[in-house]
Amino acid sequence: MTSLSQDCDKEKLRSVSVDLNNDSSLLIDIPDALCERDKVKFTVHTKTTLNSFQKPDFSVSRQHEDFIWLHDTLVETEEYAGLIIPPAPPKPDFESPREKMHKLGEGEATMTKEEYTKMKQELEAEYLAVFKKTVQVHEIFLQRLSSHPNLSKDRNFQIFLEYDQDLSVRRKNAKEMFGGFFKNMVKSADEVLISGIKDVDEFFEQEKTFLLDYFSKIKDSTAKAEKMTRSHKNVADDYIHISATLNSIAADDNTALKQHLEKFAELLEKLRKVEGRVASDQELKLTELLRYYMRDIQAAKDLLYRRARALADYENSNKALDKARLKSKDVAQAEENQKQCLLKFDKLSESGKKELTSFKGRRVVAFRKNLIEMAELEIKHAKNSISLLQGCIELLKVN
Amino acid sequence: MQVHRDRILIKKSEQIWIEDNRHWLGWVETFRILLVFLRQQLVYNYKKVWELDPGDVLGCAQMLIFFMFMSSDATVELTLTAPNSRGRKEIIGPTEPLSTTVNTHGKLHVANTSNKPSEEVEEEESGDTFELNIAVTNPEKMGDGMNAYMTYKVSTQTTLPAFRSKTFSVRRRFSDFLGLYEKLSVKYNLMGCIIPPPPQKSVVGMTKVKVGKEDPSSAEFVEKRRAALERYLQRVVSHPALLQDSDVQEFLEREELPRAVNTQALSGSGFLKMINKASDAVNKMTIKMNESDNWFESKLQEVENEEQLLRRLHASVDSLVNHRKELCSNTAMFAKSVAMLGSSEENSALSRALSQLAEVEDKLEQLHQEQAFSDFFTLTELLADYLRLLGAVRGCFEQRMKAWQRWQEAQSTLQKKREAEAKLLWSNKPDKLQQAKEDITEWEAKVGQCERDFERISSTLRKEVHRFEKEKCRDFKHHIVKYLESLLRSQHRLVKCWEAFLPEAKAIV
Repeated sequence: MTSLSQDCDKEKLRSVSVDLNNDSSLLIDIPDALCERDKVKFTVHTKTTLNSFQKPDFSVSRQHEDFIWLHDTLVETEEYAGLIIPPAPPKPDFESPREKMHKLGEGEATMTKEEYTKMKQELEAEYLAVFKKTVQVHEIFLQRLSSHPNLSKDRNFQIFLEYDQDLSVRRKNAKEMFGGFFKNMVKSADEVLISGIKDVDEFFEQEKTFLLDYFSKIKDSTAKAEKMTRSHKNVADDYIHISATLNSIAADDNTALKQHLEKFAELLEKLRKVEGRVASDQELKLTELLRYYMRDIQAAKDLLYRRARALADYENSNKALDKARLKSKDVAQAEENQKQCLLKFDKLSESGKKELTSFKGRRVVAFRKNLIEMAELEIKHAKNSISLLQGCIELLKVN
Repeated sequence: MQVHRDRILIKKSEQIWIEDNRHWLGWVETFRILLVFLRQQLVYNYKKVWELDPGDVLGCAQMLIFFMFMSSDATVELTLTAPNSRGRKEIIGPTEPLSTTVNTHGKLHVANTSNKPSEEVEEEESGDTFELNIAVTNPEKMGDGMNAYMTYKVSTQTTLPAFRSKTFSVRRRFSDFLGLYEKLSVKYNLMGCIIPPPPQKSVVGMTKVKVGKEDPSSAEFVEKRRAALERYLQRVVSHPALLQDSDVQEFLEREELPRAVNTQALSGSGFLKMINKASDAVNKMTIKMNESDNWFESKLQEVENEEQLLRRLHASVDSLVNHRKELCSNTAMFAKSVAMLGSSEENSALSRALSQLAEVEDKLEQLHQEQAFSDFFTLTELLADYLRLLGAVRGCFEQRMKAWQRWQEAQSTLQKKREAEAKLLWSNKPDKLQQAKEDITEWEAKVGQCERDFERISSTLRKEVHRFEKEKCRDFKHHIVKYLESLLRSQHRLVKCWEAFLPEAKAIV
């Protein structure tokens, strides 16, 4: 059972830049979270000046499933069809550190005590990092909702923030799961069909081609970045083993070599901390950025899809109207239908255009911020390593 | 002697046939010699079969080694110190070097003295003010198919008067290096000197090279071997006694060296070596030495502990090298992926930044690759070398133990002879008595000799271990500093890469 309290301000700086209006009418954050076995309980804290809420300052406890429920309800709401719904936060995944902990337990016999404690510390730090990441991702989801002019007023959103008892979101039963799965399949099939149709509107056509292409590339990049940061971490872990073995050799040795080995071991220990930081910073700034925008682009693609669906509906309604006129039956109804479709489509197109433009800007800003931060951190860590190495080399050369 | 007459009578055509079939011929020949020897014992020395003692068989085994050399046409000049000589010097053979009847195959050695040797400084620590630099370079493949092999240029630069010229170079192949080791270990093992062991054979690696695949792994293998051979030679010449040795000097200087076939893995001598090693292992377990000097016991324990720890360290560094290589390839893939991402990005400034990022990652990949090489060649190979050296040190301790054993055996034989004499005094056989007295004097001399040998080996070993430790300390420190410097260099380059990227990132609008 681990509990996280927000200690350093640095954590407040979100790794992924979200374009938030600093409107303090609705401020949300997750100051605390509890990890029980498989479940993570988030404490969602809201501070607001809006009248729609009962209290100006309150907190509730929510689980990951509640977030998913909120996301799905928003997606299914017709009204928001023309908006990019912020992507749902991914499920907290403690699989990787858990597996490593297991392996460490198995290999305990072969390591010295210090080595084991150090590896354990590393693992605990990794666990903590995963934990922090998941908290952040959930927080950002809520904050994007709160900063969106339309979505922040959603009734479900308010319930989510306010309802002080357990939401007890009913887990999707088998039928609904299957239904959801089926819907997804239909959606992707439709997507393929629709992506083939050339859009009349130039803007949307461009966006579509761009987003489709970009999505596949960013997915690929995310996977490769993940692999890269993982091997970086492995290298840092190796330093621990080497440092520990050097210490054992130095303990037995009683020639002049002893001091050299000890210094070398010490240096490696410090270096590996730096390397570990490099790996985790890279993960946060680069991999997380790519991952987040991959999901965001998926949401944008969903918007395009919905618009294309609306267009298809409109065209269908046109055809229905023509048929009705031919048969002179239910003309009024068909006309009404067609008008509705047209309205819907226009609304979607308009809000879609706005959303997509702001999305573009958001993305560029986020990339800029993260790339700059990553470069600066890499430089800082490398300079740190340099000073450590130089110090050690001088010490060794003197003796 | 019978055997020599046989050899001289062999005709030229037969010689060629012998050449082609030397592998199993060696066995045939040695078996024949063994039978000859046994017959000699039984017939000429009036011994009965049950009177053959282990010493005879051991002497026989040594003969086998010698005759293996002879029959396999590699007339390696061997100064025979027969440690188990029991007055049978007349059988062991000529002690002057044999005339070589080597057909040098045309493809074998191409002396290359015209090129200038490359510099590689290795300082001498002894009081003499001379210098000897050795470099091993220019691996070249000779021959083709499964008979192909690599030759390396061994260049020497020296001010030593013992050599004919100041700079010279020769071409040697891997088996020559192994042959040098064999010669040196036979000569010096009994004196307690620590002989640096050569790099290990690798059937897999060499087969790849022979087959002729021009892939990076076989190039890496050749480079690894070349560096290992260089270090081996540098260690050999840094030993003051070995530097003066004629075999070493010949190895460095002589244009064409007779092929040391006894080093082949599947030759008769290879099998014999295995048998000897097995018998040594059994010996070690059964003999408990009465240690008068605690220093040796504690030192041996230290050496064994260190070997274990170094082995672990070697494994960890190996895993580091592998992970870094993995990081290298992952970075390369990531770089490509980011480049594609950048090309499909619509915002031009961001697109430029992303392709810059791809370039940075590409440079990082190269960096990681070089770092992995440095990890490997500086640390891993150093550790592997020292693991082998520690094995050699242990071997020297074993030799000392064997010397002690021999001394004890000589003493017990002397005791037996004395008892025999006492018995003869009782039974009153004057002619046998004379023989017995002569035996006793002989064995007293032998006991004295063994004791002196043992003392000598003990003191040499002590000195050698001290020298070894000093050198190890120096070596490790040197390599650690070198490794740290390489890490430092790569970190500097890292900083440069990222600093170049930063303005591009800031330029995104």
